[in-house]
This record gives sequence, C-alpha cells and structure tokens, in this order.
Amino acid sequence: MDISKKIVDDFVANDVSFITTVPCKQLAGVIDEVEARPEIFHIPSNKEDEGMGLCAGAFMGGKRPAIIMQNTAIGVTINTLATLTQYYRMPLPMLISYRGELREPVACQVEMAVHTKALLNQLHIPTYHFHKESDADEFDAILKYTFMCNKPVAILTDASFWGGYGDQ
Amino acid sequence: MIRSEILREIAPILRDQLVVCNIGLPSQELHMIDDNAKNFYMLGTMGLSSSIGFGLALAQDKTVISIDGDGSVLTNFGTLPTIANNVTDNYILLIIDNGSYGSTGDQPTYAGKKTKLEDVAKACGCENVVVCQDVDTGKTLQAAIDSKKMTIIVSKCDSGNIKLPVITMDPVVIRDRFMKAVAS
Repeated sequence: MDISKKIVDDFVANDVSFITTVPCKQLAGVIDEVEARPEIFHIPSNKEDEGMGLCAGAFMGGKRPAIIMQNTAIGVTINTLATLTQYYRMPLPMLISYRGELREPVACQVEMAVHTKALLNQLHIPTYHFHKESDADEFDAILKYTFMCNKPVAILTDASFWGGYGDQ
Repeated sequence: MIRSEILREIAPILRDQLVVCNIGLPSQELHMIDDNAKNFYMLGTMGLSSSIGFGLALAQDKTVISIDGDGSVLTNFGTLPTIANNVTDNYILLIIDNGSYGSTGDQPTYAGKKTKLEDVAKACGCENVVVCQDVDTGKTLQAAIDSKKMTIIVSKCDSGNIKLPVITMDPVVIRDRFMKAVAS
C-alpha cells in the first residue's frame, strides 16, 4: 500500500480535517494526498509558527488539526509550541520530515538533525521515529494518543522510511 | 486616540463577536474593559493573533475579529498571503497601527516610518483593505461586520499606553470558556 495514502487515511479515520503544510521534498507525496482529499481542508502556510497559529484557531473552532513540516522547523517553533500549543493545552500531531539522517545528501541538514530529538525531549514532546515502513502501523494509535492527551506530538519520518531521496 | 481608547469605544461592537486579541497590553486592556467568554487573550506568542483568528474563522461560521498591532503583523508578514489566498468572509483583521511596539516601551516600528501595511496587504492579494483614523474605527468595524466580506482594517492612531495589571487567568480556562462560547 502506498505509504502516503496510508498516512492520510489514518488522518481521515481520526477526523483530522484541517492540515497545514510547509513543503519538503520527502513529504511531497503526502502533501499531494492531503490536497486531494475532500475530507481535509489543506492550507499551506509560509512559516511553521504561522501554521501552528492556524491549527490553534482551527482546534478552538471544533476541528482536529495537524501540521506537516521539516525538522528544521523545530528551531522556528519552540516559542509557539511552549507558549501557545502547550500553554493552552492543545493537541497537535506534527508529521515531520526528519532531514539530516542516514541517506541525507545535504550536509547542512545534519546540523539541525543532531539537535532535533534533544529539543523535542527538552520540550517534553512525545516523539516517535518512523525508520521502516512498518513503523507507520502505529500512526493511527499516535493520532488517538495526541487527541487523548491534548499535547503536541512529533512523528519524525526519516529518509529510510520514505525510501531514500532517489537520484541526486 | 491611543489603542486603549479605541478598544473602549469599540467594546460594545466586539462584545457580540468572537475576538482573538494580541499579546501584551491589547489583551490586558480588552480584559479590563470588557472581559467575556468570547475573548481569546494571547498570553504569549507575538505575531500569531491573525493566524489563530484566521484558523478559527476557517473552522466554523461565526464572525471572528483578530485584533492585531502593526508590530505584530510585521513579525508575521507571512500571514497576509495566507489570508488573501484562502478567503473566508467571516474574518476581519483589525490592525491597530500606532507605529510603535507599545507593550515593550513604544519603540518605533517600520510601519510608523516608510512601510504601509495597507499597501502590503493589498500587494499580498487582500481584496477589502480599509484604512481609517482612530475615531472612525467603530463605524468602520461595524461596516465590515455588516458587509459579510473578509476585511482588513488598518486603524491609524497615536502611540501610548495606560498602566494596568497583567492577566492572571489560567490559559486553559481562557481557552476552555472561549471554546464553549464558540460552540454555543
């Protein structure tokens, strides 16, 4: 089964109907799938903290939101995660492209990769790392967990999970 | 007029609407003038009033007013193209433009110099951009509500602050009572 389709099926099955995205090459397939689904309102944002603001509003309006972004965005969004999403106790699944891991062709991506888990840990954000395709079997349970506990939850998806970067 | 005087004047209009209010003094002033469940006070996260309000407007049908400042819009310029390209007619962005960062000591903003936020909003694709003077904010806001068209209002006013206490209400209480007001 196509992994992007499986992930978006799980979003839909968990009533996630408002998704904001900031693009990443690895996430292109899942973003296309989000855009294609009539059950989901897809709103691209220009920066990840802006996207988290949109998600906070959507949640208060009765929708279940999610954000799709790169791990570099952890560096952009720490203040928003701490003073908005966590402070007001709001749920937010964060499907994250974990750039800078094995098979990464761009050296600079490693510079944020080495900080990613440490920052999420410092923020006490529950974090799951998808390395093999079968790891996505837990995605449905992770979404249920996120909306049970009203916390931001990170799902890091690395290049091995997505099957590499292709020819580069 | 300064911002707190505008808020006092428009409070009777705001009272019937869902309001997302900017961090710092604007929220403290609104809280002091007319605290009610339809107000969502930002206690942190400078710049996101427009984004939170816009997400809320997209998620349900009631009118939402984001009260923002020129400094906060400058912090989150990316919000304007997002708003322009995803029109929802139950959304009003009220930018109180006093040309200064009021909550931090009235340091001047670029919006008080060469940068015109109304021109930026138009360049980003926003269609109903209205500039008004402070004394006309109430009637401009009411006209925007009545028009049922997504509107960006830039209200030009003087810089200046009043002394008032911080909001001590728990954020989860603010959020919970606001969500109940949204759903009611």
